[in-house]
Amino acid sequence: MAATGGLSDRSARSWAWVGLVPFLAFALLFLILPTMQIVLGAFRDSEGAFTLENVRNLFTPAILGSFWISIRISFASAFLGCVIGFAVAWAVTLGDLPRWLRGPVMTFSGVASNFAGVPLAFAFLATLGRLGLVTVLLRQWFGINLFALGFNLLSFWGLTLTYLFFQIPLMILIITPALDGLRREWREAAEILGASSLQYWRMVALPILWPTLLGTLALLFANAFGAVATAYALTGSSLTIVPILLFAQIRGDVLGDPHLGYALAFGMIVVTGIGNALYIWLRTRAERWIK
Amino acid sequence: MRLQRVWAWLALAVGMVYFLLPLIATFEFSLRMRRGVYSFDAYRVVLADPNFQATFGYSVAMALLTILMGIVLVVPTAYWVRLKLPRWRPVVEFVTLLPLVIPAIVIVFGYIRLYNTSSILPLTGTAMGTNLLLLLGYTTLALPYMYRAVDTGLRAIDVATLTEAAQSLGAGWLRIMTRIILPNVLVAVLSGAFLTFAIVIGEFTMAALLNRPAFGPYMQLLGANRAYEPAALAVIAFAITWACMGLIQLVTRFQKHTHLPR
Repeated sequence: MAATGGLSDRSARSWAWVGLVPFLAFALLFLILPTMQIVLGAFRDSEGAFTLENVRNLFTPAILGSFWISIRISFASAFLGCVIGFAVAWAVTLGDLPRWLRGPVMTFSGVASNFAGVPLAFAFLATLGRLGLVTVLLRQWFGINLFALGFNLLSFWGLTLTYLFFQIPLMILIITPALDGLRREWREAAEILGASSLQYWRMVALPILWPTLLGTLALLFANAFGAVATAYALTGSSLTIVPILLFAQIRGDVLGDPHLGYALAFGMIVVTGIGNALYIWLRTRAERWIK
Repeated sequence: MRLQRVWAWLALAVGMVYFLLPLIATFEFSLRMRRGVYSFDAYRVVLADPNFQATFGYSVAMALLTILMGIVLVVPTAYWVRLKLPRWRPVVEFVTLLPLVIPAIVIVFGYIRLYNTSSILPLTGTAMGTNLLLLLGYTTLALPYMYRAVDTGLRAIDVATLTEAAQSLGAGWLRIMTRIILPNVLVAVLSGAFLTFAIVIGEFTMAALLNRPAFGPYMQLLGANRAYEPAALAVIAFAITWACMGLIQLVTRFQKHTHLPR
């Protein structure tokens, strides 16, 4: 690093990339190559030749069922997270509430969006499990037996309800700046032209927020789809969503075919990849309007 | 307008019920260990468990090492990209966002295949090697948060001028990094560090699949075998997350006072 002159110094600039080598080497060794290993493995048979057989083998009722329940839970928790998170974010930014409420809500969202994994499962077991507070109180006060009604934490609704605990705060954190970006002039202009509140939201605010909303939906979807720990701690492995199936496969080859494991992981990358690509694409569109 | 306020309170109330109920229920559950009366028995049992102490200590050490590793890797890179290679920024940013796209379980699956005992770099062959692999895995998970925090911090200072001033006074690269750049982005680094701590301390997937005695797998194991202790652990974990977020707010507020308003 002897030549460190100004930006016009061509010889210095041509060697500047060396400074990136540690970072790129790290990313290559511990992020890109491991992922490539899985992706390539998905398209190789046991002799190492190219094949589509592994991916085709994913299309069994059991594995497709896993993907389907995973996608449903991820979508339901992402959708409800968006709707409820939007309502709360709207309440604290535009809802004419006391101003001091906003700080605590944002701080709490920061905490709750990071409160995932194993402890989250425990919290919901203590709430809606067989001896959970809500379960017991519902039975004692109202005579409602949740479990007799078919509710179970190890189910579609149980897992969705649990995932909402980190999905809603994440939505609040992402959408609040977007709501702040809605200019008061737009609302005033709409009102002067005779628009009702509903018309303002339908024809002005929502079209502007639309890319952000859809993008966040995609992000939340990917977020729920990749989550392992909460579901594992809740269900053991009785509800076979895709991450749980992959977890069991890595631990003990439950599918009886290592290459099917690669294909399963590849399927996960595809789903979360699509979710995140949508998010990035829609966010760049959203930024055109909201500065 | 009045109707609007009613709706706003309603939305907030629904949110608060949803978020407070599990917290209250968990706390209440954690006190139920002794029959008939509330007590802190569950906490006492958990805190006295040697496995708790060992795994918690392991995860704290892991988190601190991850933070150190993240700083060493991210700060010079983000600085260098801002100073010399602005055209590389989208590439580096994209790479740092990849851990959000690729699920952790897939990354660790790749590690197990790539660094197994019959590979060129058999990291999973020894306990120390596996520890190292877990550390690097955690560094990967922390990359998005760390990079974004540090890059935001660098945006607030004039990197080029500071560097040139330091160079004209005869400072070398190491001195520029440790004495000029790092102190200037310290608040950003600390924010990233606390977030990293909150993520690593209870991480389950990577630690479990690499078979390391970390806090996350310990919690899961306890959850499968005990009734009241897991609730106590959840309360402790929530308190740790809360403390990390609180510290981030604290250092950020501290920064607002040390910088002149622009």
